[in-house]
Amino acid sequence: MFKAILHHRAASCEDCSGLCCTKIEDFSVKAGQLEIFSHVNLHIHCGQLTAIIGPNGAGKSTLLRAILGEVPHTGRLRYVDAKGKHTGHPVIGYVPQYLRFDVSAPISVMDIFMACLSKRPVWLCSGSSLRPMVLEQLARVKAEHLIDRRLGALSGGELQRVLLALALDPMPDLLLLDEPVSGVDRNGRELFYEIVADLRAKEDMAILLVSHDLGLVAKHADQVVLMDKGVLVSGTPEDVFRDARTRQVFGMVDGIEAGEGGLA
Amino acid sequence: MEGIYSLMDILLPFQWASHTFMRNAFLAVLLVTPLFGILSTMVVSNRMAFFSDSLGHGAFTGIAIGALLGIFSPMASLVAFSVLFALFITYIKSKSSVSTDTIIGVFSSTAIALGLMLMSRGGSFNKFSSYLIGDLLSITQEDLAALLLVFLAVLVLWALLFNRLLVLSVNAAFASSRGISSLLAESVFAAILAVVVAISIQWVGILIINSLLVLPAAGARNITNDVKHYHLVSVLIALVSGISGLILAYYFNMAAGATIVVIASAIFFLTLLLKPYFVR
Repeated sequence: MFKAILHHRAASCEDCSGLCCTKIEDFSVKAGQLEIFSHVNLHIHCGQLTAIIGPNGAGKSTLLRAILGEVPHTGRLRYVDAKGKHTGHPVIGYVPQYLRFDVSAPISVMDIFMACLSKRPVWLCSGSSLRPMVLEQLARVKAEHLIDRRLGALSGGELQRVLLALALDPMPDLLLLDEPVSGVDRNGRELFYEIVADLRAKEDMAILLVSHDLGLVAKHADQVVLMDKGVLVSGTPEDVFRDARTRQVFGMVDGIEAGEGGLA
Repeated sequence: MEGIYSLMDILLPFQWASHTFMRNAFLAVLLVTPLFGILSTMVVSNRMAFFSDSLGHGAFTGIAIGALLGIFSPMASLVAFSVLFALFITYIKSKSSVSTDTIIGVFSSTAIALGLMLMSRGGSFNKFSSYLIGDLLSITQEDLAALLLVFLAVLVLWALLFNRLLVLSVNAAFASSRGISSLLAESVFAAILAVVVAISIQWVGILIINSLLVLPAAGARNITNDVKHYHLVSVLIALVSGISGLILAYYFNMAAGATIVVIASAIFFLTLLLKPYFVR
């Protein structure tokens, strides 16, 4: 209870005192002459799920890739731990957008774990020593039964859970989810969000999520950021979804109001 | 070398194995086809078939430039130019937003045109035409020594590089979030491919070298479900088609490289038929 109040207070306040957080300071990205977004300032707190919403082309995915360091950008990324000491770059986990895999690729779930966990090449590695560890990591995302399946034979929701399990090793300070379950069926989406919400509570991890799923965002997010070439509105889901600018961007539907009711 | 030859006398008491040129060709096949087998797994998984095709074209220009300059040995200039060509394409590909196949297409056609232009200078193209179809029976003992060196170097690099390439083949952004530099991994892979293509081109031939970088893995992925079997089957397909192609080519007096490729594609179509029984 106390934790919830603290988190919600922190969501709207400008400094990170007393909580570990990742500060994104004045991020801008340009592609040639085109400005993708500019002057983005975000404070992402541990134990909170921050959702970025916005129209297509708003720069949401690019922001995540800039945080990853994959896209050249201006501005600074700072990670501050609970004692307020500057601790440099956070460990970042990343789950990419769900994409259609080449289903003929003969890569099993175990193979991809071995490639990430072990230095030895997968074609030489027996894997039996790593297997208990991999099963444990898959259990975190309710996917132990998938260990010997081909990546291409997984459903969208299953594949994203496996990628989430991979992103959790090493345990990140900041977890970036880029529309992880768009295009995945309803059950798969809800299961994914439940696992993520669970992780936030258990691991006290900062999570930054890009999503178009306003209903699920309203249900699970602690902080919502509306982006369109920059931050338009940010705050608690209630504040952001009530804001006129959000309604203008999305042409708000009634379903969100119900989700909001659940939060209060 | 004499020891190896006498060992072959005992193990291979066949008529074809009594000639030195066939023994050399056989040893070359044993060294080169496993390399094609393992490299092709990532060529196919990373959708680089067009890229590897362009490497043959780059090697062609390397031969022409080597002949023109005449200061290095032809092999050195061939390998050097192929590696530079491969690294250059990889770099441009990573820096440019133009689609990959366009970039490769541009470089590939430039290379082949440049090569043809230089080779045809003064009407002397005919002496290069053997590179088009290759001659597996012309391998010398020095070639074999160089091959052995490349074979060992590629195995070591492959062991170091493979896991990164595998993660990259799944998703580039995900790989970079795990600290894998896609430019570095792809450059090393491209350089390995370029070296293997360059040293093999005079035996296999420009026209068909790319099939050896595609067919083994294309067949293997039809009947395997994990990386280990994928590798194993790919190497087996390459080895079996290499050895049987060489022997068939000897008895029917055909181009060995082409015979090997025809057998590899026959195996590919067989795996296509078997696919429903193997893939989970």
